[in-house]
Amino acid sequence: MSWEMVGIWGGALLTLCLYSFLYRDNPFYKFAEHLFVGMSAGYWAIYTIFNVLKPNWWDKLVGAGDADPQLIMIIPGLLAVLMLMRVVSKLATYSRLPLALIVGAGAGLQLVSFFQTNGLKQVENTVIPLVGSGVGPTIDNLLIVTAVVCGLVYFFFSKAHRGITGGMANVGITMLMVAFGASFGYTVMARISLLIGQAQFLLFEWVPTIPRILGL
Amino acid sequence: MADFWKRLGEIDRRIIFVLIALAVLVPLALKLAFPIPVGKGPSKDFFDSVDSLPPESVVLMSFDYDPSTKPELHPMAIAIVQHLMSTDVNLVAMALWPQGASLAQEILVEISDSLGREQYHDWVNLGYKTGGLVLIARLGSSMKAAFPTDLSETPYGQIPMLDGIQRLCDFDMIITLSAGDPGIPHWVMVASDQLGVPVGGGCTAVSAPQFYPYLQRRVGERPQMEGLLGGLRGAADYEALLRRKYAQAPPGTAIAGMAAQSVAHLVIMVFIVLGNLSYLALRKRKEGQR
Amino acid sequence: MRLYVPLGITFIAGIIMILEFFVPHDPFPTLGGHVKDWYTIVASSAIFLGILNLLRVHLKKINLRSRNWQYSPVTIIGFLGMFGTGVAFGFTEGPFFFMFNEFVVPMGATMFSLLAFFVASAAFRAFRASNWRASLLLASAFLVMLGRVPIGDLIWRLIPGAAESAHPNLVTEIGEWIMRVPNMGGQRAILIGAAMGVVATSLRMIFGIERSYLGGTD
Repeated sequence: MSWEMVGIWGGALLTLCLYSFLYRDNPFYKFAEHLFVGMSAGYWAIYTIFNVLKPNWWDKLVGAGDADPQLIMIIPGLLAVLMLMRVVSKLATYSRLPLALIVGAGAGLQLVSFFQTNGLKQVENTVIPLVGSGVGPTIDNLLIVTAVVCGLVYFFFSKAHRGITGGMANVGITMLMVAFGASFGYTVMARISLLIGQAQFLLFEWVPTIPRILGL
Repeated sequence: MADFWKRLGEIDRRIIFVLIALAVLVPLALKLAFPIPVGKGPSKDFFDSVDSLPPESVVLMSFDYDPSTKPELHPMAIAIVQHLMSTDVNLVAMALWPQGASLAQEILVEISDSLGREQYHDWVNLGYKTGGLVLIARLGSSMKAAFPTDLSETPYGQIPMLDGIQRLCDFDMIITLSAGDPGIPHWVMVASDQLGVPVGGGCTAVSAPQFYPYLQRRVGERPQMEGLLGGLRGAADYEALLRRKYAQAPPGTAIAGMAAQSVAHLVIMVFIVLGNLSYLALRKRKEGQR
Repeated sequence: MRLYVPLGITFIAGIIMILEFFVPHDPFPTLGGHVKDWYTIVASSAIFLGILNLLRVHLKKINLRSRNWQYSPVTIIGFLGMFGTGVAFGFTEGPFFFMFNEFVVPMGATMFSLLAFFVASAAFRAFRASNWRASLLLASAFLVMLGRVPIGDLIWRLIPGAAESAHPNLVTEIGEWIMRVPNMGGQRAILIGAAMGVVATSLRMIFGIERSYLGGTD
């Protein structure tokens, strides 16, 4: 049996083990599930060590190749070690220091990036001429502006949804329902697509090998 | 009749499972094929923006997905890499998701071998780095600081095709195939909105609706995203457009899957209708009893 | 010390990132570059926390013979198998790459494809047109589901005259319109609202008002 066959059969049998969950929870499913978790963790560990930490930290610290050692890289190395202190209850408090760096840098960058892209740019793109080049585009523009403004009013909970606010909130939730319907349609599509991918693997890669294995 | 609706509402879910499996397997086994009409829309916009890249352009392609979304995003990746490598565009691959680096390597090696493209001259896989949005922001100031080596540990400075590529601004386009966070929004935030580099890509169907606000085109202004391939249908659109333009492009798996997708959608819609009929019939009976 | 040093680090890191955006002149880009490089290294170390925890949980299960402990060695062997081959043979080809492509990839894809069955079952049991808004949601979902697959237009063209009309792909066009207009408006409202939330939360973190990420308030 070639390595290619080992791969196809291994993948197919593990796939079938996982699909057996559809009947009920069983030892085959549990076996594949546990194997998947272990192998994925092994993959992450290898990539983190050899594709991230080695080139981005160790090689810079010791000055791999012609480069000079960057002693400043001791600081992130120390912080990384402190992060692992979380598993030692007496030293767990020191893991707050690397966490603080991650949270601070993330928060600072997110603040400006989200505000610009998902805040200001979206407002800017909503401020459009209501009258477009024809009846269709005009209706589209009106609907977009209405959906954004009324949708925001619906999410504004500091004022009771009564009177004009209530009316706008009603329009907003109606538009949001259409958006959620579209999201549901796309979600169904996504899940079926994943099944199609695995069905193609079983039908077109694994099934044709069965006669060869059986010597037919 | 009322008993029928009650029994229907309580049907064993495994019967539904079998019908869904058949709805997918039968069209695939019968090799049913439906035409894929690709009109104006995000898929066509994205294809056109990739197709209009001049030869020798340099594109950064980020594989921000893992095996859980491979059936949706891998067909897109294959079609896009085939397109780029057929048109002499240089390709720099990377990943914000660790497993994306290996998925990219598989495609790049296979397609470059088939088209006679050369590693480090026509394409390179830089691999994976942690950081998401923070990493992308770092690429905005220095590619080499974030990727001192490629996936095979070749130093950045020794890769000929990366001469002159110092930061994200030096790329002609950025393509991201995104399964979630980090992914499309973060590339749009840094590369498109802050640095002005055209960004396009594909995503899972689940997340596609939330990216439509980035696609709005205003007269005289560049959109936040050049185009978007949404799920398997987006991949099928790209494959169809590629085959329309380059007849020699090999057939992809996304078009082959659209018949099964169609039948499965119909079956689920029938389920929803039956579920609602059962619900309405039982509600009517309850109201009658009162 | 336990509180103010981490809060100080958060403040300084956050402010450097903001200043780098608004003042793109030295020293801020240099400082920002260092913070980002360190972020990559420190964030990477978090994966080892997860792995240590995973191994600890499974070793404990084996030790205590807890429920389903028989499967814990499978997880540990799976981890050691990938890790060992990666260290011994490299990770861009060889056994590590083979095991990833042939075993991890199909398992990952299958795990999530199970959702296809559950989404169908859930839709049958729970997707009810119980009022007019729910009916609107249902109609929108149906139109998008039909509009995103070729069979939608094929059904439309069964209607006499539809194929020769100005819109032979009407169902696709309606699906795309829903995505481009009402969906985009609704999603944009969510996006703007969420952006305000991110800004507020980020400010609270940078200025030390939000401290829950430190795991306590002492």
